[in-house]
Amino acid sequence: MRIAFVTELFNPMLKLKILSLAVVMLPSTLCGQQRFSTRNGTITFFSETPVENIEGTNHKVTSVFDATSGAMEFAALIKAFEFEKALMQEHFNENYMESNAYPKAIFKGKLTGLGEDEVAKPGTYEVTVTGDLTIHGVTKPITAPGTVVIDAGGVLKASSEFMIEPEDHGIKIPGVVRKNIAQKVKVTVQLDYNKM
Amino acid sequence: MHRIVLTTLFLCATPLAAQEDLLSQLGEEDTIHGYTTASFKTTRVINGHSLENTAHGVLDFRISHRFGFVNGGINEFFGLDGATVRLGLDYGVTDRLMIGIGRSSFQKTVDGFTKYKILRQCDEGCTMPITLAVLATSSITTLQQKDLPWFDPTRTDYFTHRLTYTFQVILGRKFSERLTLQLNPGVVHRNLVGRNEEANDVIHISGAGRFKLTKRVALNAEYFYVLPDQIDTRFHNSFSLGFDIETGGHVFQLHFTNSTGMFERAFITETEGDWGNGDIRYGFNISRVFTVHKPKRKKQI
Repeated sequence: MRIAFVTELFNPMLKLKILSLAVVMLPSTLCGQQRFSTRNGTITFFSETPVENIEGTNHKVTSVFDATSGAMEFAALIKAFEFEKALMQEHFNENYMESNAYPKAIFKGKLTGLGEDEVAKPGTYEVTVTGDLTIHGVTKPITAPGTVVIDAGGVLKASSEFMIEPEDHGIKIPGVVRKNIAQKVKVTVQLDYNKM
Repeated sequence: MHRIVLTTLFLCATPLAAQEDLLSQLGEEDTIHGYTTASFKTTRVINGHSLENTAHGVLDFRISHRFGFVNGGINEFFGLDGATVRLGLDYGVTDRLMIGIGRSSFQKTVDGFTKYKILRQCDEGCTMPITLAVLATSSITTLQQKDLPWFDPTRTDYFTHRLTYTFQVILGRKFSERLTLQLNPGVVHRNLVGRNEEANDVIHISGAGRFKLTKRVALNAEYFYVLPDQIDTRFHNSFSLGFDIETGGHVFQLHFTNSTGMFERAFITETEGDWGNGDIRYGFNISRVFTVHKPKRKKQI
């Protein structure tokens, strides 16, 4: 009986059956597809000048992060940026960002410092994000440091802060209000990813 | 055996195309409920109301001047020597409701109004092709009795003679980034009129529009057509043409018009100037907005 069982293990047909079962039942682990996404990311930009401060926040940023390849992308609808002053929101869309012509700000790039092995382990990781940022139809390369905190539930909380210059993206600021808008605007990104 | 491994690898291989556009895996972002904004740069076209309201929590301080007739020549400094003024304050109670008061030097009139947006044009995330608003204004002449234009010592003068009311429906659409058009049909009710032949209820309709020339400069025009046989023949329909220049928190409206008054009864039913005769006045409105109350912006769905 026992001998028969042992010889069964060496039976190639049985191995084939087990392997087929494994392939069918655990596709994602076998393939190594580690994709994370969010539809509620937050991006805030802040321009500080002695004349006035301008701050807009978008709570509907969408983003996908692929831990296998390191590719990371996010998109933010310009009209979803909220301001304290209604007129500021209107001017932001009509006069500066021309959001009817350029509805989204998009980033496409790579995140290094967090591979597919680390993604499964809770902890804090210092990462670097490099890629192309398109705002107002103009694309510029950008590199920024970031932090990813992975909690026990497997949620990736990614955050980063960097500076951009409105004029780099073709945003025209007339002389009359030049002093109202900072040369460099601070952008804060907070994306909480869940497994896709 | 090898065949199984190869098949597995084939299933796992990430298609090259997907690497290029990860975001498409998520699908489109939820579109936001976006009501059309900035159909006009401010709440007045020139004399008449536009379909725009002052935003919720915003106070708009308005100073308006109308000068004398340009054909007064150099002696009158082309009208600049004689000016009438209106000072006004408008306030956005909610995104749909605005109120305002003002005082004009023309017959020392105090006016007040309320404007409510019933329908708001929406082209993103909802469908509404037009903006529909209703306007109710009233004005009261605060001249001393002896200075009233209708004063007659032999006749009893009632307080209600000083009052007039205007009701308008404002119907408009922002056709494109550059072009907005609107219609204002309405009625001006005057408690007291000069002669029997004149109507107490003056029915009128106005057409107004703006054409945006640059991001901050627009060309506005408005025409108030009063139905025939309602007002004295010496009065004409009000026509105005001007530019809006917007700079940050100010909107400067610079225009030419044949009307002196800046409240409805005056410019709709008592316009003496005739464009055909060259009775044109230069005038301006300045609007300065202050955010006095920052409402919690509703999360747009």
